[in-house]
Amino acid sequence: MELIKEHPVLEFRHGKEVTFSFDGREMKGFEGEPIAMALHANGVRTYRITPEMKRPRGFFCAIGKCSSCFMVVDGVPNVRTCVTPLSSGMKIETQRGKGLVPMETK
Amino acid sequence: MRKEIETDLLVVGGGAAGLCAAAEAGRAGAKVTVIESDLHAGGQLVKQTHKFFGSKDEYAGTRGYKIADILMEEIESLGDKVEIRTNTTVTGYYPEEGIYTAMRGEDEYYRIKAKKAVIATGAQERLIPFPNNDLPGVYGAGAVQTLMNVYGVIPGKRVLMVGAGNIGLIVSYQLRQAGVEIAAVVEAMPKIGGYWVHAAKIRRLGIPILLRHTITEALGDKIIEGAVIQELDDKFQLIGQPRTIECDVICMAVGLTPTTELFWQAGARMLYCPQLCGHVPYRDETMRTSHPDIWVAGDAAGIEEASAAMVEGRIAGHSAAKALGYPVKEEAFKQYWSRLDHLRAGEVGEKIRGGICQVIVKGWEA
Repeated sequence: MELIKEHPVLEFRHGKEVTFSFDGREMKGFEGEPIAMALHANGVRTYRITPEMKRPRGFFCAIGKCSSCFMVVDGVPNVRTCVTPLSSGMKIETQRGKGLVPMETK
Repeated sequence: MRKEIETDLLVVGGGAAGLCAAAEAGRAGAKVTVIESDLHAGGQLVKQTHKFFGSKDEYAGTRGYKIADILMEEIESLGDKVEIRTNTTVTGYYPEEGIYTAMRGEDEYYRIKAKKAVIATGAQERLIPFPNNDLPGVYGAGAVQTLMNVYGVIPGKRVLMVGAGNIGLIVSYQLRQAGVEIAAVVEAMPKIGGYWVHAAKIRRLGIPILLRHTITEALGDKIIEGAVIQELDDKFQLIGQPRTIECDVICMAVGLTPTTELFWQAGARMLYCPQLCGHVPYRDETMRTSHPDIWVAGDAAGIEEASAAMVEGRIAGHSAAKALGYPVKEEAFKQYWSRLDHLRAGEVGEKIRGGICQVIVKGWEA
């Protein structure tokens, strides 16, 4: 993970290390920290592909206001990954298009 | 299944303003519920590594993230008067019924019945138009702070900072604290917008601040690989030759806009005020909006800085508690206003004062 090792002011206290998957690849992150941050630490920059122009998007505001970091988490699309906590075994996928709500996929 | 909770005072947003409003009303005796969309309270304070200015009342000399700890301790000392619900977003207000709706995580919805509310929803980052500004790696300055200062993640190897206001300057310094290289700070205006003390800190580190320069294009196919910058003349027209900057992150510190959806839903009287950086609700001296049950505080009332947000929160919490019938100290109100006046004094407060005088009303007709 691309983490800050030394800092003149801050001390980082991370939680429990857990394993999750991103598009089928196994990755490690810290429980309770936002999904978007865990992905960034693993070198992932593209979180979704836009519906019309098929443009890659990463996060932008990181405070749950801009919709840029929407992903499919455990089958649920349009999850704001910057304010959704990571948990062990989570299945995270790049969102392509608008996403289908689970009701429609059943 | 319909779930509903009831509270005296709903505070939307657990940042600098919201926490102060909650502490103030809780101390007066009100039952307060704070709804915070992030995973922890503290708002932008938790991302600040620098020591604050102002006077002792606004925690001058204390680093931002420690101020958040102090506010949380104050709230904890009030016992069960104040409840903070994190990872929860207020999704709407229904004025006919006086009901707010909230969503915890992605799938737990409930209704909140509140007698009064302080809306302290803060602000959102602005973006300026240029080709490829949607590529991954174009990040808001607040997002970069969240990555590195809250979660200890390295944002990138080399950053181009756009904007030399206080946020652009402070985040540039914070990036260096995190060991990240800054290619340059570009600023379209002919002078530095932020405080000189912040500018001096990054100048001393040898980071170039390029005034009268703007970004004209982001380079890259799938992610950011560089940026093109160019000089501007007095009329903000491009002059000279475009220059390519190598970078993997473009950090946007080009201002904020107040987050105001709930005021619009409530039908509060609003004004577009350039000095306050967007549409903001009219308010009286107690921070009450034209809606008799809704107060505003912090960046949602106009973009200022955290010290003023905290005092506005105190005023709003004080006034809301009084309206709920709890005893409050009248002299506290005067003290808070003298602190606000002090923070807004002088040349640096000129723009804010020019904005506030457009949206403050003598009082609302009963």
